[in-house]
Amino acid sequence: MSSSAKDRMLARAARDITPGMTVNLGIGLPTQVMNFVAADCPVCLHSENGIAGVGGLAAPGHANRNLIDAGGGYITCAPGGSFFDSAVSFALVRGGRLDLTLLGAFEVAANGDLANWIIPGKFAAGVGGAIELAQKARRVGVLTTHTDKHGNPKILERCTLPLTAVGCVHRIYTDMAVCDVRPDGLHLVEIAEGVTLAEVRDATGAPLIVAAGPMPIF
Amino acid sequence: MPALDKSTSMAEAIAQIGDGARVMIGGFGVPGTPFCLIEELVRHGPKGLTIIKNDANEAGMGVDWLLSAGMVKRLITSHVGLNGNAIRMMNAGEIEVEFVAQGILAERIRIAGAGLKGFVSDIGMGTLLAEGKQRLEIDGATYLFEPAIEADFALVHAARADIGGNLVYEATARNFNPLMAMAAECTIAEAETIVPIGGIGPDAVHTPAPFVDHLVALPEQLMEVYGVVKR
Repeated sequence: MSSSAKDRMLARAARDITPGMTVNLGIGLPTQVMNFVAADCPVCLHSENGIAGVGGLAAPGHANRNLIDAGGGYITCAPGGSFFDSAVSFALVRGGRLDLTLLGAFEVAANGDLANWIIPGKFAAGVGGAIELAQKARRVGVLTTHTDKHGNPKILERCTLPLTAVGCVHRIYTDMAVCDVRPDGLHLVEIAEGVTLAEVRDATGAPLIVAAGPMPIF
Repeated sequence: MPALDKSTSMAEAIAQIGDGARVMIGGFGVPGTPFCLIEELVRHGPKGLTIIKNDANEAGMGVDWLLSAGMVKRLITSHVGLNGNAIRMMNAGEIEVEFVAQGILAERIRIAGAGLKGFVSDIGMGTLLAEGKQRLEIDGATYLFEPAIEADFALVHAARADIGGNLVYEATARNFNPLMAMAAECTIAEAETIVPIGGIGPDAVHTPAPFVDHLVALPEQLMEVYGVVKR
């Protein structure tokens, strides 16, 4: 994935973060969406280690040893932010206070199933907070490269890996497309600049429903 | 009525922890991890411990000192992804690891501290994490029973304490510390600053003194591991 395709994907996901939302950005790629949210947009960023009101990354040399996000990055606390313990943090998640979470994926399926925590025999380091975020956020977006590093589709008809949560995903953002999970299947709703419909279909392991008319480009 | 002074030496506090003990350790990554108490536990050297901690820190740091010293039989945790040594020991069968979803881990600890035996949840339904768990029907839907996690000892890190044991945590160093402080038979807190009674206002207290059994003062100059980690 080129850096411009990655930035376009991150910026596109950031456009779905709107004023008043409480949002959790998952570890890795999703955390970087923070850099594309307008500084004056009133959004509350939650991190599951115990903060609502992440300000941004701490400037080099200004890190507070006691202030990190769940990925271990040094951050700042925005004005109006709060700190709390891990039980309160997940009460916020399970209690339905998260308007949106953006998560990474090993595999995501046309029925909204998500697999992002275990590859049996290869990677099994524990689930962290992913299950509760995926299962309980009001809206779940997946942010991922469209294919893996070998070029295989990450969007499939059904996941082959053990699931993080069943039918939880609403929208998928990739370097090639934006797709929505709906009851009748996976809809291609936007396409990245310079990418053709045939290329998207070729890189996707599930049938895509495409509405008639011009396809919005991001 | 004067408050009891709970301050004690690091060695005296940790010497109570024997072979086979269940020990909760606060912290999420570096913040809130009681490194000095862990270091003293390694020096004391009990074997066959069950350790309950959100994560396994990183290789060469914190919980990893206990793992490397061969003191841990079982680790109950939400993830060990930043500690390659823990992953290796788990895959080699040198330690048993029970993975618990992070918020369920927190709540199972909180529930123990609240004097209850468990709770009911739908987290993980339809996934591997639901396998082997007791199921309950409520209003026609199926849920999972999540038992409380109790422990013999909790080791916690506070930014400030008064000598009676009221604790205050800083920023995201709070995490599992106040939950674990409530959940164990015996809670040992290390504190960066210890003030006289009255030095922490009643409204500012995060963990009330009755949950804390022993209080250990940290040296003015904290060891390097507490600081900002360069990666």
